Amino acid sequence: MIQAILVFNNHGKPRLVRFYQRFPEEIQQQIVRETFHLVLKRDDNICNFLEGGSLIGGSDYKLIYRHYATLYFVFCVDSSESELGILDLIQVFVETLDKCFENVCELDLIFHMDKVHYILQEVVMGGMVLETNMNEIVAQIEAQNRLEKSEGGLSAAPARAVSAVKNINLPEIPRNINIGRNPDHEPGAC
Amino acid sequence: MSDIVEKTLTALPGLFLQNQSVGGPAGVKASFSSRLGGLVRGITALTSKHEEEKLIQQELSSLKATVSAPTTTLKMMKECMVRLIYCEMLGYDASFGYIHAIKLAQQGNLLEKRVGYLAVSLFLHENHELLLLLVNTVVKDLQSTNLVEVCMALTIVSQIFPREMIPAVLPLIEDKLQHSKEIIRRKAVLALYKFYLIAPNQVQHIHIKFRKALCDRDVGVMAASLHIYFRMIKENSSGYKDLTGSFVTILKQVVGGKLPVDFNYHSVPAPWLQIQLLRILGLLGKDDQRTSELMYDVLDESLRRAELNHNVTYAILFECVHTVYSIYPKSELLEKAAKCIGKFVLSPKINLKYLGLKALTYVIQQDPTLALQHQMTIIECLDHPDPIIKRETLELLYRITNAQNVIVIVQKMLEYLHQSKEEYIIVNLVGKIAELAEKYAPDNAWFIQTMNAVFSVGGDVMHPDIPNNFMRLLAEGFDDETEDQQLRLYAVQSYLTLLDVENVFYPQKFLQVMSWVLGEYYYLLDKDTPEEVLTKLYKLLISDSVSSETKAWLIAAVTKLTSQAHSSNIVERLIQEFTVSLDTCMRQHAFELKHLCENVELMKTLLPVDKSCEDMVVDASLSFLDGFVAEELSQGAAPYKPHHQRQEEKFSQEKVLNFEPYGLSFSSSGFTGRQSPAGISLGSDISGNSAETGLKETNSLKLEGIKKLWGKEGYLPKKEGKTGDETEAPPVPQESIIMETVDQNITKKDQCQVHTQSKEEKEKQLLASSLFVGLGSESTINLLGKADTVSHKFRRKSKVKESKSEETTSAHMTCSYFGSSSEATYEDDYYLDTLQDRGDKELSKFSLNSELLDSESVTELPSVEKLSNCKLSSSPSLFTDNNMEGFHPSQSTAPSVANETSLAASLLEETSEHVHSDLVEVCHNETISVSSYKIWKDDCLIMVWSVSNKSGLKLKSANLEIAPAENFKITEQPGCCLPPTEAGSIKTFQYTVQMEEPFTEGNLSGFINYQMMDTPSVQLEFSINLSLLDFIRPLKISTENFGKLWLSFGNDVKQNVKVSESQAALPSALKTLQQKLRLHVVEIIGNEGLLACQLLPSIPCLLHFRVHGDVLALWFRSSCSPLPDYLLYQCQKVMEGS
Repeated sequence: MIQAILVFNNHGKPRLVRFYQRFPEEIQQQIVRETFHLVLKRDDNICNFLEGGSLIGGSDYKLIYRHYATLYFVFCVDSSESELGILDLIQVFVETLDKCFENVCELDLIFHMDKVHYILQEVVMGGMVLETNMNEIVAQIEAQNRLEKSEGGLSAAPARAVSAVKNINLPEIPRNINIGRNPDHEPGAC
Repeated sequence: MSDIVEKTLTALPGLFLQNQSVGGPAGVKASFSSRLGGLVRGITALTSKHEEEKLIQQELSSLKATVSAPTTTLKMMKECMVRLIYCEMLGYDASFGYIHAIKLAQQGNLLEKRVGYLAVSLFLHENHELLLLLVNTVVKDLQSTNLVEVCMALTIVSQIFPREMIPAVLPLIEDKLQHSKEIIRRKAVLALYKFYLIAPNQVQHIHIKFRKALCDRDVGVMAASLHIYFRMIKENSSGYKDLTGSFVTILKQVVGGKLPVDFNYHSVPAPWLQIQLLRILGLLGKDDQRTSELMYDVLDESLRRAELNHNVTYAILFECVHTVYSIYPKSELLEKAAKCIGKFVLSPKINLKYLGLKALTYVIQQDPTLALQHQMTIIECLDHPDPIIKRETLELLYRITNAQNVIVIVQKMLEYLHQSKEEYIIVNLVGKIAELAEKYAPDNAWFIQTMNAVFSVGGDVMHPDIPNNFMRLLAEGFDDETEDQQLRLYAVQSYLTLLDVENVFYPQKFLQVMSWVLGEYYYLLDKDTPEEVLTKLYKLLISDSVSSETKAWLIAAVTKLTSQAHSSNIVERLIQEFTVSLDTCMRQHAFELKHLCENVELMKTLLPVDKSCEDMVVDASLSFLDGFVAEELSQGAAPYKPHHQRQEEKFSQEKVLNFEPYGLSFSSSGFTGRQSPAGISLGSDISGNSAETGLKETNSLKLEGIKKLWGKEGYLPKKEGKTGDETEAPPVPQESIIMETVDQNITKKDQCQVHTQSKEEKEKQLLASSLFVGLGSESTINLLGKADTVSHKFRRKSKVKESKSEETTSAHMTCSYFGSSSEATYEDDYYLDTLQDRGDKELSKFSLNSELLDSESVTELPSVEKLSNCKLSSSPSLFTDNNMEGFHPSQSTAPSVANETSLAASLLEETSEHVHSDLVEVCHNETISVSSYKIWKDDCLIMVWSVSNKSGLKLKSANLEIAPAENFKITEQPGCCLPPTEAGSIKTFQYTVQMEEPFTEGNLSGFINYQMMDTPSVQLEFSINLSLLDFIRPLKISTENFGKLWLSFGNDVKQNVKVSESQAALPSALKTLQQKLRLHVVEIIGNEGLLACQLLPSIPCLLHFRVHGDVLALWFRSSCSPLPDYLLYQCQKVMEGS
C-alpha cells in the first residue's frame, strides 16, 4: 500500500502532500521535512530507493523518489509494493500531468493544486493503485473537464475512450518541466 | 527582483484560462485565481520563515472572515477552499474551514462538491467527529444517477470514512459492483477493500462478491480485486488455494499478450498486473508443492518472455525471481532465476544493482553459493558511493556471517556505523553487530572491544536489550569458569583504560554498563584497595554531563566497592557531599551508604562478592513488621485498608443518585434497519434535509457518550486478555542455515587468479576470501550432520535453557514401545533440538516407530450404525434437542466398505460419549489416508486425526505434526497413541484445541510424514477449517442472571434479518438457532426470546431476539468486542442457509 505521496521543490517547499495513513498535522510536516532532507542529500546518479526514515513506519517502509528538474516526487510505500513498479508509476503520474497541463511546470502544481489532486485520485485511490493506463486517466480527467464546461447533466463519461492521442514514447523525463518559469528559482526569491 | 516576479505572474492569467475550463463568468474566476496568485506571490517574495508565518496568518484571518460571512456564495467558497488547502499544506492550521468544506460537499453543484470532497479528504481523518456530517451526503451521492457524483463518493469513501458508519453505505457500494460502467465497479471494489482493511468483520459476507469481481469481464476491475486477494492470501493462504488455477490462467493470458493493447506500458502487457499476480502466486505456493506445481509453467514463461528493454520488465523479472524462490523449489527455475539475479547484480544501473543485492539477501539462505559467484561485485558494492547500496550489502553480509568471517564483517559494519548519522540506521546496525559479536566472537578481547564500539556509537539510541544482554552474559557466564573470569577481568581492565582518557564523554548507557561491571568484578584485579577506581567513579559522580539515572548506577557501584574496601577517604567525602545533595534520590543513596559503612558486617552480607546471579529470598508478607503494626494498633491506629477498599468507601459516601436501572426492559421500537451503535437510522428516510439529519446526529452523539460509560467495564476483561497474549514470547525464527565448511575449490581458484592481478585487485580478492570464507556448496549438505561443530563461544548457559530442554522432551511424545533403533534416532533428534534450541518447540512432534501391532480392533468395534445410534442417545449434555446434526456414516468420504469400517474403527471410544462431526478424509495417497473429525466436548474441542495404512506394506515410521496456528492453542492429548504401521492398521492422534482470540474461521494445518521400508520418506500436507461455532457452547443461566449480565456487557450489535415464511414463526427460528448455533434458550416471552451461549473457555454472549413479521431482530451483547459481530455473521448464515 502507498502510505503517502509527497511532491516538493528543490527548496523543500511542499507542492502536493497526500497521506493515505493518518498522521497528526505536526508529524505530517515533520515527515515532509525529514523526507526532503533525506532526498536532498542524494546525488541524481544514485539509486532511487531509500529505506525507512524513522518517522514513517520503519524498516518495512521505503521511500521511492524521482527528481524532475525543480521537483521531487516521493512515494512512501510498504513492502507490498514493487520498487521498480512504483518508480514507473511516478513516471506515469508525471507524464499524465504533462498531458493534462500541456507542458507541466512547477507553477501548474501550485496554481492548480486541486486539479493535480484530481489527477492523482484517478491514479491512486485510498493508497491503492487504481489505474496505470495513461490514456484512461486522461480520458477520465477530460470527462470531468467536459463536465466543468457543460456543468450540467452529464450522463456517462466515456470510459476507455479510444483516444486519438497515441501513447508516444516519451523520453524518461518529460521535456517540459521548466526551470525558468519557477518563481522560487528567481534570483533572490525565497 | 520583485519586477521579475511581477513579470512571471503577469503571464499567469493566460495559464489559468487555458487550463481551468471556465464554469461561470470569467471575471469572477480570474479575480479569485489571482487572489491565490497573490498569496503565492507574497509567499515566494518573502525572505524568512517568520514573515511567511505572518503573511499566512493574515491570509487565514481574512479567509476566516470570508467563509463565515453569510454573503459568501458557494462559488467564492470553492476558491477559498483551495486557498485553505494551500495554507494547510504549508503546515498552518485551518480548522475553522473544515465545517465549510463539508458544507460545500453537501450543497455545492458538481464542481463545488468536488472541491468540497477534496478539502474534506485532505483536512479530516477517519475519527474526526465532523465526518459524521458527511455520511448523508455520501449516501445521497452514491445513489445519484450522475456518474461523476458516484465516483466522487466512492473516492471519498476509500479515503476517509468513519468505521462505525460503514453499514450505512455498504449495501449501496455492494450494488455498485453490478454497475454497468467499469470505472464505477473498479472504484467500488477498492472502496470495499478499504472496508476490509478497517473493519474486516463487516464485509465478511461479501467474499463471494469479491470472487465475482475477480471474474469481471473488465480487466481493470479484476486488477482492483487483486488488491483484496493479495491481502487476504497474505493473512491466510490456505483458504484460497483453490484460486491458484485462476490466477495462473490470468497471468498466462497477460503474459501471452491476450489483453487489449491499451494495457501495454512501453509495449509490456499490463506490467503492474503481472507484478501483483506474481506476488500472489508467491504467497500461495509457499511451502506447498502441489500448488507450486501449477505455476511452474507460467513462471517459466514469464522469465522467458521478459525481454529486457525497459525498467518495468526488470520489475516483473524481480518479482518472478522472488516468487520462484518463495514457492516449492524446482531446480530448473531456480537456475534461471539465479541467472536473472546475476543480471541485476551486474547491471550498471544502480537501481537494479540495489534490487540484485536485495534478491541475493533473500536467496542467500537457500543458496549460499550464489553469493560466492558474485563476491567481487559485492566487494565493490561495499565501497559504493551510495550509502543505501552499502547498507544493503552489509545486510547481505550479515546474513552470511559465520565464526570465520565475523571479524571482517563486523569491521566493515563498524566502519559504516562511524559514517552514518541517522538514528534509524545506527539503531538497526548496532543491534546487528551486537548480535553477531555475541554469537560468533572468536576471543575475549575482540568481543569486549567490539561491544565497546557498539556502546560508544550506539550510545543512548540503541535498543535497551543490548546492554542488558551484555551484562547478563557477563554475569551468567558460560560453561567454563576460568574463561568467564578472564572475560570479566578483560572487561574491567578495558573500562579502566577507557576511564583514564581525559575529556571523553561516553554515552550514559555505556557509563551504566561500566559502573555495573566495575562494581561487580573489580575484585578480580586482586588489588588491595579499590581506591583507584573509586576516584574515577567519584569524578564521574560530580560531573555535570552525567544524568541522574547514571548517577544511581555509579553510586551503586561505589557501594559495592566500599564493602570490599575497609575504609576510604573518597567514600567519606562522597557521603558528606551527597547527604546534602538537592537530588533526593542521590541523598537517599548517600544515607544508605553512610549507614552501611557504620555496620561493616551487615554490609558484607548485603553485598556479597560475585553473587549477582544468586536468587534472593524476599519476605513479601513483610512479617518482620508485625511487631510494629501490633504496637501501633494497640495505641489506637486505624487498621490498614487496601486501596480499592478505601476507594469503594469513598464512592459509597459520595453516591447520591442511583444510576442502576430498575430492571431489564426491551423497547419495542428501535429495530429499524441495521443499526450501528451510534444509531443513525438510514434507509427509507434518506433525504436531503440537512437540518433534520443534523438534529438526529446530535442525538446519536449523546447516546454514544452514555454508552461508553456503560461499556467501560465490558472493555476491561478484553484488554487484559490482550496483554496476556502479548506476554507470550514470539517464536524465535529458526535459523535454517548454519554455514560451516570452507569451500576450498573457490579459495584455491581465487589464489590462482591473484598472481595475475594488480595490487588493488589483490586486496579485493583478499577481502573476498576473508568475507566469503565458510560459504560453499558443501555447507548445505552439512546442515544437520555437522551442526554440532559450530562453536558458539558465547552460548549462554542460562537457567532458562534447562527448562527449555525439558519442554522439548515433553514435546516429543515418545512412546514406551520404541525399539532400540528408534531410540537412537530420537536421541539424534533430541540433540539437534537442544542444539538449535528453538523452532522445533513450535511443533508438537510425535515420533512413532515400527513396532507391530495386531489390529484386531477392527473386528471388535461395533458397526457404524450402532455407533451413531449410541452416540445420539448418549449426548444429552450438549444438546437437549435430539434433532442435532450428528455423526452419520459417511459413505461419500470413505470410498470402499472395507475402508469405511476401518475408518469407523478409528473413532475413539470416548467419541461415543460426545457429539462429534463426520469423519472426513483430509488427505491421502496410495499408501496412507488421513481422516479427521471434531469432538465437541462440553469444555473443549478435540480434534482427532486418524491415519490409516491402506497399503499392504509395513511403514517404518510415521509422524503427524500440527503446525502452530496463530489463534489456537493446541495441546496434544496423550494416551491414545498406537503405532499405525502395520498394513491396514489405524492410528489416531488427538489434540485439544483452544481458541485464543475470537474469529470466524481459522485454519489448522499440519502434515504427516511417513517412511516405507527402503524408500525415502513421504510428506503429505493437510489442513482443516475450524469455525467459531466449534467453540460455542450453550450457556445455561436463569433469566435473572441474563438480565444482570446483559447490563454489564458493553459490546453490542443489532441487526435485522429477513427470514423466509417458514422460518418466521418463533419456534422454528428458535429451533434453528438452538441447533445450529448451540445457543441455550433462557426464556421466551411472547414474540421475544432470550438466548445465551459461551465461547470456550468462558466468554459469554447473550442474544435477544424478536420476531416481527418476516423480520428477525437480533441483538447481541458480550464482554468481548468482536464476538457479537462474529456470532451475528454465523446467525445470518444459518438463517439464510435454512
